[in-house]
Amino acid sequence: MQKEYNLYEPSWCPGCGNYMIRTALKQALEELEIPAHKAVISSGIGQAAKIPHYIGVNGFNGLHGRAVPPAIAIKLSNKDLNVIVESGDGDNYGEGGNHFMHAVRRNIDIAHFVHNNQIYGLTKGQGSPTTAEGQITTLQFDGVKSEALDPLALSLTLGAGFVARGFSGDIPHLVELMKQAISFRGYAHLDILQPCVVWNKVNTFSWYKDRVYKLPDDYDNTNYENAYKKSREFGDKIPIGVLYKVEKPTYGDSFNFIKDGEPLVDSKLDPLDAKDLMNDFI
Amino acid sequence: MDFTILVGGAAGQGMDTFANILEKSLKRCGFNIFTHSDYMSRVRGGHNFMQIRFSDKAISSYAEKVDIIFALNEETVDIHEDSLKEEGIIILDEEVSKEKDLIHLPLTKTAKNLGNVRVSSTIGLGVILKYFGLPKDQTEKIIKEIFNEKIADINIRALEEGYNMAETKHKLETREDRSILINGNQAVALGAIAAGCRYYCGYPMTPSTGVLNYMSLKSEEMGIVIDQVEDEVAALNMALGASYAGVRAMTGSSGGGIALMAEAFSLAGIIETPVVVINVQRPGPATGLPTRTEQGDLRFMIHLGHGEFPKMVISLRNGEDAFYQTARAFNLAEKYQIPVVLLSDQHLSESMATFEPFDFEKISIDRYLAGEEDIREGERYKRYKYTEDGVSPRIIPGKIEDQVVLVDSDEHDEYGNITESAEVRTKMVDKRARKLENLKKEVEEPCLIGEEEPEHLVVAWGSLYGSVKEAVERLNREGVSIGALVFGDIWPLPTERLGEMHKKAKNLISVEQNSTAQLDSLIREEMLIKCDHKILKYDGRAFSGEEIYKRLKEEVL
Repeated sequence: MQKEYNLYEPSWCPGCGNYMIRTALKQALEELEIPAHKAVISSGIGQAAKIPHYIGVNGFNGLHGRAVPPAIAIKLSNKDLNVIVESGDGDNYGEGGNHFMHAVRRNIDIAHFVHNNQIYGLTKGQGSPTTAEGQITTLQFDGVKSEALDPLALSLTLGAGFVARGFSGDIPHLVELMKQAISFRGYAHLDILQPCVVWNKVNTFSWYKDRVYKLPDDYDNTNYENAYKKSREFGDKIPIGVLYKVEKPTYGDSFNFIKDGEPLVDSKLDPLDAKDLMNDFI
Repeated sequence: MDFTILVGGAAGQGMDTFANILEKSLKRCGFNIFTHSDYMSRVRGGHNFMQIRFSDKAISSYAEKVDIIFALNEETVDIHEDSLKEEGIIILDEEVSKEKDLIHLPLTKTAKNLGNVRVSSTIGLGVILKYFGLPKDQTEKIIKEIFNEKIADINIRALEEGYNMAETKHKLETREDRSILINGNQAVALGAIAAGCRYYCGYPMTPSTGVLNYMSLKSEEMGIVIDQVEDEVAALNMALGASYAGVRAMTGSSGGGIALMAEAFSLAGIIETPVVVINVQRPGPATGLPTRTEQGDLRFMIHLGHGEFPKMVISLRNGEDAFYQTARAFNLAEKYQIPVVLLSDQHLSESMATFEPFDFEKISIDRYLAGEEDIREGERYKRYKYTEDGVSPRIIPGKIEDQVVLVDSDEHDEYGNITESAEVRTKMVDKRARKLENLKKEVEEPCLIGEEEPEHLVVAWGSLYGSVKEAVERLNREGVSIGALVFGDIWPLPTERLGEMHKKAKNLISVEQNSTAQLDSLIREEMLIKCDHKILKYDGRAFSGEEIYKRLKEEVL
């Protein structure tokens, strides 16, 4: 067993759901026996996106909304790395919506953890794509005017092979979901409900606690129609667990030299290997 | 000898295939080639044309006057007959027009008799070869290389028909062919592959798509990940991810696509992750003229990305330069851990020209990566360690046990951890800026054309190299004391050679394919030297050597 993952002092607010998510992540990585130098977290901007600073893994803390494109490239460049995208609802579903959509289409072998607190934290309380319609915020004084985005239904319709929801208040359950997502071969979408103690006075810890329930043991997560129905359940009852799980060939598999070869980063580079290409121009 | 054949018609009439076979045939007959294409941003219709210039002497631009117009429609005759030399000919299908005083040939009729109307332009190919007294065996070989057996067979018969239809006007001698025929986009792609680029992502945008195309063609053969991404924002962020993971990566686009990359370009600056970006310029602003040429983005590239960080901009002068400079860009990007921009344009990217075969022995791949031995025992790796030259040891994530690599778009400390410390901020800005000092020492001075101590000194950059060369050398032959400095490396601006030559010149003239003389303003800013004359063109059409020659005579000499 490798050393424990180092933790560093976060700047999150006391009581923030991010602490529990980090605890679960540390435990999941340790239980999967992934050494720290073999794990990479790509993140964007926001409170959740600061996570690579607070746990000792490789980190690419890039631009707002752009956590996914570097993650795709990192995985294709070195298939030996375990690549995780971690950012918030604004980062992934708002600013980075286009990348999210196309990451699902590609079925790139990464785990995508979205810290979903249904509000903007770092910019102080504005509505996010997942804030409920009508909710009063620090910017939407007379209530949010658009419908909330449904992340799980979205990734399911885009063809994601692994779709799950977790809750930061149930760490052991979240650890299991994270382990499954990281081990899943293909794109794994895990939306994690978390309270924002400062800016979201509606979706509080107890609001979530009262509503979430675990999918029953006999739930068939290979049934697409069931999964879609469950993904739309977001009201008095909110299911948590793996809604859908079916593997298929990954984006990396579509390149023969990645599928069958060494990690791309280990390619031996020699200019003379390209010399014959000049035959195209004679 | 120096001839130009113009072929014109509507998009979709098979002009590209005709031109490709013709230029390759002429190249294999041992001639130097320069092909200039002019096309509209549409899939069908409109007026497109290509000019294939060939000579036994070195040529580096297109010519204004043509010897043969091969017109696929009547409009081509109307538009181009004024550019025909006195002794030139116009070849036209008899079914297109019977009125004008032209060489009417039964192209369509003969093609129909052969059983495929689409081979009519191949008949024209036979006519042209016969006109110049050139053999057709090379052309037959090229046809067999391009088409499947059945199609090749009918095209070869069409070639034969055309050959028998015409008479020989010029009896040209073939020469030994030792050259390659390549355009700027292909040369960039070849340079990138030679340099070990194994990740290329981009979004199709004219005229940069050619780079993506050639890389894609070689994806499986060379082991290169090619990703047609959802947008240019993804493209550069993705290239940076690949580079972070240790793979040489590149992306490219034109005007608007590059604008979308601006934020990630700035990210490259602060995370100090090497990357190569090519901008194949087209006229802006915004969508501008999608299929035409301009040098309007020099300032844009020098200032690309918000905030202050070192970067390098290399403008490409011709296909050969594009190959070697692209390969060099990868080394410089990794040596200084900076983004390097290659600046091309539509004219360079799509003009086919002959060169000596590229020398792959001259390419070296220098990664400047650090290893375990560069980290002190028991020490936690510092991605942004303060160093004298500003360059911190860079390791590949996943390769050294217990060491992790953290890069951050926030201001960060030596470990890469987010910080707002005033002291650290200042030190990090200084550290990044220090890299520029060494970079400045290795920029390449502009290349000299013509006289070494001229009375009239032209400054130009990038793809104008070829036409400026033709203009200056012609003026030298006429006894004019003129020389030119054509910049390749353009940021940081090399100042030595211009500084010296400028002292002795009477006139300094900037020749640029833009409306604001951007190189002139950069020289003024960096060197306090002002150009006396500006010869500018910004109609979207490339400067020819002849045009620069004429305008120098009219406006300066």
